[in-house]
Amino acid sequence: MSYIGKSVKRIEDKRLVTGKGKYTDDIKIPGLTHAYILRSPYASANILGIDTSAAKSAEGVISVFVGTDIEGIRGVPTGWQVNFKNGDTMKEPAHPLLVTDAVRHVGDAVALVIAETKEQARDAADLIDVDYEVLEAAVDPAEAIKDGAPLVHEDAPNNICFDWELGNPVSEVDAALAKAHHITSLDFINQRLVPNAIEPRSAIGHYEEHNDHYTLYTSTQNPHLTRLLLCAFVLGIPEHKVRVVSFDVGGGFGSKIFHYTEEALVIWASRKINRPIKWTAERSESFLTDAHGRDHVTSAKMGFDKAGKMVALKVDTIANLGAYLSTFAPAVPTWLHGTLLQGLYTTPKIHIDLKAVFTHTNAVDAYRGAGRPEATYLLERLVDLAALEMNMDPAELRRINFIPAFNGVTEPGYQTQVALQYDSGNYHGVLDRALEKVGYKDFRKAQQESLAKGKLLGIGFSTYIEACGIAPSAVVGALGARAGLFESAQVRVQPTGKVSVYTGSHSHGQGHETTFVQVVADKLGIPMEDVDLVHGDSDAVAFGMGTYGSRSLAVGGSAIVKSVEKILEKGAKIAAHKLEASVDDLDYANGKWTVKGTDKSIAFGDVSLTAYVPHDYPQGLEPGLDFASFYDPTNFTYPFGAHIAIVEIDKETGKVTLQRFVAVDDVGNVINPMIVEGQIHGGVAQGIGQAMLEGAVYDESGQLINGSYMDYAMPRADDFPSFEVERTVTPCPHNPLGVKGAGEAGTIGSTPAVVNAVIDALWKAGFKVKDIKMPLTPERVWTAMNN
Amino acid sequence: MIPASFEYKKATSVQEAISMLGSEDKILAGGHSLIPAMKLRLNMPTGLVDISKIESLKEIRDNEKSISIGAGVSHATIANNPEISKHMPMISEAASMIGDIQVRNVGTIGGSIAHADPSADWPGVLLASDATVVIANAEGSREVDIDQFFTGFFETALQDNEIITHVRIPKTAANANSCYVKFVQPASRFAIVGCAAAVEKVNGSVKSIRVAFNGVGDNAYRATGIENALKDQKLSAENIGSAASHATDGIDVMDDHFASENYRSHLASVFAKRALSRL
Ligand SMILES: Cc1cc2nc3c(=O)[nH]c(=O)nc-3n(C[C@H](O)[C@H](O)[C@H](O)COP(=O)(O)OP(=O)(O)OC[C@H]3O[C@@H](n4cnc5c(N)ncnc54)[C@H](O)[C@@H]3O)c2cc1C
Repeated sequence: MSYIGKSVKRIEDKRLVTGKGKYTDDIKIPGLTHAYILRSPYASANILGIDTSAAKSAEGVISVFVGTDIEGIRGVPTGWQVNFKNGDTMKEPAHPLLVTDAVRHVGDAVALVIAETKEQARDAADLIDVDYEVLEAAVDPAEAIKDGAPLVHEDAPNNICFDWELGNPVSEVDAALAKAHHITSLDFINQRLVPNAIEPRSAIGHYEEHNDHYTLYTSTQNPHLTRLLLCAFVLGIPEHKVRVVSFDVGGGFGSKIFHYTEEALVIWASRKINRPIKWTAERSESFLTDAHGRDHVTSAKMGFDKAGKMVALKVDTIANLGAYLSTFAPAVPTWLHGTLLQGLYTTPKIHIDLKAVFTHTNAVDAYRGAGRPEATYLLERLVDLAALEMNMDPAELRRINFIPAFNGVTEPGYQTQVALQYDSGNYHGVLDRALEKVGYKDFRKAQQESLAKGKLLGIGFSTYIEACGIAPSAVVGALGARAGLFESAQVRVQPTGKVSVYTGSHSHGQGHETTFVQVVADKLGIPMEDVDLVHGDSDAVAFGMGTYGSRSLAVGGSAIVKSVEKILEKGAKIAAHKLEASVDDLDYANGKWTVKGTDKSIAFGDVSLTAYVPHDYPQGLEPGLDFASFYDPTNFTYPFGAHIAIVEIDKETGKVTLQRFVAVDDVGNVINPMIVEGQIHGGVAQGIGQAMLEGAVYDESGQLINGSYMDYAMPRADDFPSFEVERTVTPCPHNPLGVKGAGEAGTIGSTPAVVNAVIDALWKAGFKVKDIKMPLTPERVWTAMNN
Repeated sequence: MIPASFEYKKATSVQEAISMLGSEDKILAGGHSLIPAMKLRLNMPTGLVDISKIESLKEIRDNEKSISIGAGVSHATIANNPEISKHMPMISEAASMIGDIQVRNVGTIGGSIAHADPSADWPGVLLASDATVVIANAEGSREVDIDQFFTGFFETALQDNEIITHVRIPKTAANANSCYVKFVQPASRFAIVGCAAAVEKVNGSVKSIRVAFNGVGDNAYRATGIENALKDQKLSAENIGSAASHATDGIDVMDDHFASENYRSHLASVFAKRALSRL
């Protein structure tokens, strides 16, 4: 049976689209209680007192806890350590489950109310009287580092969590810039985004006294890591006494990777009240407390020689981390961002200097793309702007700077100036294909003609690379990760030849129940109906590192392949015994072993039955057909692509209409083209959302002023044209499936293409603006034309 | 998002609804403005009197000289009514541009004007259409000219214990030559600027004209500066352009993170021009 490469319809969709999905909030347990978290309405305030007496005696209330009730627990940790340039450890202030003395962002957790119903818990929260001494807030990250700015944490002077640099010595970069024929410089903001998964976060803590056992049901992308952090770093409870379950999850986009305070809180409180507790975020809480993404303030310079060859890149970035360090927060602006500044280009000198900053705002962490969209935005905006400034063709400028094609097998990988070694790539290939698809030459003609009629058309490019398949454990360990980033998989063949696959990856929209089953069925040569995938339960799956960083297939899929290979190796021994042949004389195809050159064969199901009924069996071989594997990648994977946007601007209002969007991506080999296309579409929609519509807006006092769907503009289908997507295939040379990952490509590539298209339209019409702040609202575009 | 607890009362007639209304109660129609406010606990009525099942409020009646639209008629029903689109196209256009399909299927015209959100579409459109609001109360009923209905920011001439039963829109020559244009707020899809215009022409000259805006000021308003500038004129690109510059005369223009005061004023002129150029 051949399944790899086929657009098999998604198996999980029948369950999900008929309302049979099992989300955390759907779970009912006898004796279940309901929690509501009272949150701070202020960005920065001292807590002078909290009176919970009225709430405690309200109808249905079981318990009310405040921060001082939680003794001996520091809070949730961060999973990544980055040191200051001088070697000092980063500032790592506690992130308590409930605050004690002060609140540090709007939405900070002040009290936990537990009642028989959620309505009662909500009503009782209104009866809690908190005496706040409201203080000035540090909101803008560039202001927060100035002397005299309000401090988020007393022990982090100037609100700096750490400073960091990467690349060639700054003196070499400066020298190269000094000699450059042309320097393009750009100061810009990569704005803060709210992840907006459709399912709000939810957690149920269930302590059972009779066996001293805890179960945490939670909407996480990462059940095992959550368990590890919860047990070893937060509550100090034994890991074998804790089960973490995450059945269906309604989207994450990164925001559900992290171990959140609420997860620890319901587990802790469940033991206190000896009953299960459910907490589900309200949408307003999701806006305020799901870790946000992006939020960089950057100043960058790119130098070129006379011919347009890039000679140096110098970057200064301030990364806003919010009030507390979320699980991966320190890694995102550093090792997932600075390391990507080579892009697709041969730039010989690169340096980034970065300050990571605390502010009185919600935590910022990985959001689809995580660091790589920021790097791509930075590079691709500079390249298109440089082309405009130097009066060169932006496609040609890219071509002369591209790293030449290399396959990573007979040709070596490409060593960048910023720590990474690219695996394989053909960057001219994706750009050429995209130009052809968009009809570039014709477009430039049409652009000129429409300008004569007063119509503003623009074209924008983005040629990106990303580091996915996260990650080689030893490498990330050296870079400060406090966990390994391998993956585990178990393939269990049942006696009848039916197969259960257990993966430590976690599906929350990616379609693993289809793709992973395709891989196993294909490799075993059996029908997909004979294979099922199990994920999201720490009791069922031995271990896992979850799903993010486009790692599931590249890392989790590779672990599955390893187990399948072990199954086939052992199966061959059993088959050889039964067929009275030697293993070397056997071929495996279409679900059976055949003695070469004969018609003597034995089917997979007969071998599995023999493995469990080992009456006539190879001597010394263990019974059973069940293998677990761990796979630790040797390198990241490096998908790449070329995205092109065409826009039209309404001169009178500044409104931008996206007319076409062409994406040619290379994600290596593809198991299910339909699912990859879906991932690209979703990612592109998200990336365009950042360019045109989205952005969290905090006012000076630290209030999130667009924390609802009436004010935060999410992209909708009618905001887009039909996307025109295509692929080229450059296999990954270092994993068994040759796959690179497709989950984030769309988001990483698309944003700068749209912004570049708007800038192009404006320049061609004589408005030589270098930057317009995202999102490109009509007013901002109009202002750019009317200043 | 859990509202404070409240009593739910279902009315089957307008008079029953009026008699049910307690002093801290609210009328519930489509709930698309009221329920979100209750979920955020910005509004905590002790009771809701549900008028959405009252059949008499759901009628569209074609009178000889006017069309009456029941307060409980949904935006979608209005958008799909052929008589309305024939006699007063701006009414259909506005209805079809409100929110999204779900909002149009459930939200009502009566709820919208009672709520009087300055960015809602109906207030401006009804001002331009010279409508009359018909209101029931314990004494019987009264009529309020639309020009007197909107009295301030989220404020109307409606008294406590009153229910809008319908709006009556005349089948005038102006309404037959009318349109509505809208610059949409991308998140909510309310109007950043909405402009409704109705123009009656005799021998090519403007005999009567009504132009109104929503989304711009604290309240929907008629742009009398534009109306006066074009009265008795033959419409041309030039005079429309110069008239449109009066779009916000005397108005305290709103300023929010979607549109500053300056930009919104500019948009008001642009959309006045766009509306009038079509007529
Ligand atoms: C996502 C979203 C997008 C929207 N987009 C738009 C848009 O683009 N343009 C737009 O104009 N509107 C928009 N709306 C508002 C929508 O049109 C509402 O339906 C409308 O404003 C209120 O009508 P309702 O029937 O839902 O009233 P309700 O919410 O039930 O009531 C609103 C108020 O009016 C009172 N009320 C209701 N009916 C009567 C009556 N007959 N007599 C007296 N008082 C009454 C209620 O007591 C309440 O105070 C949007 C709403 C949502 C949720």
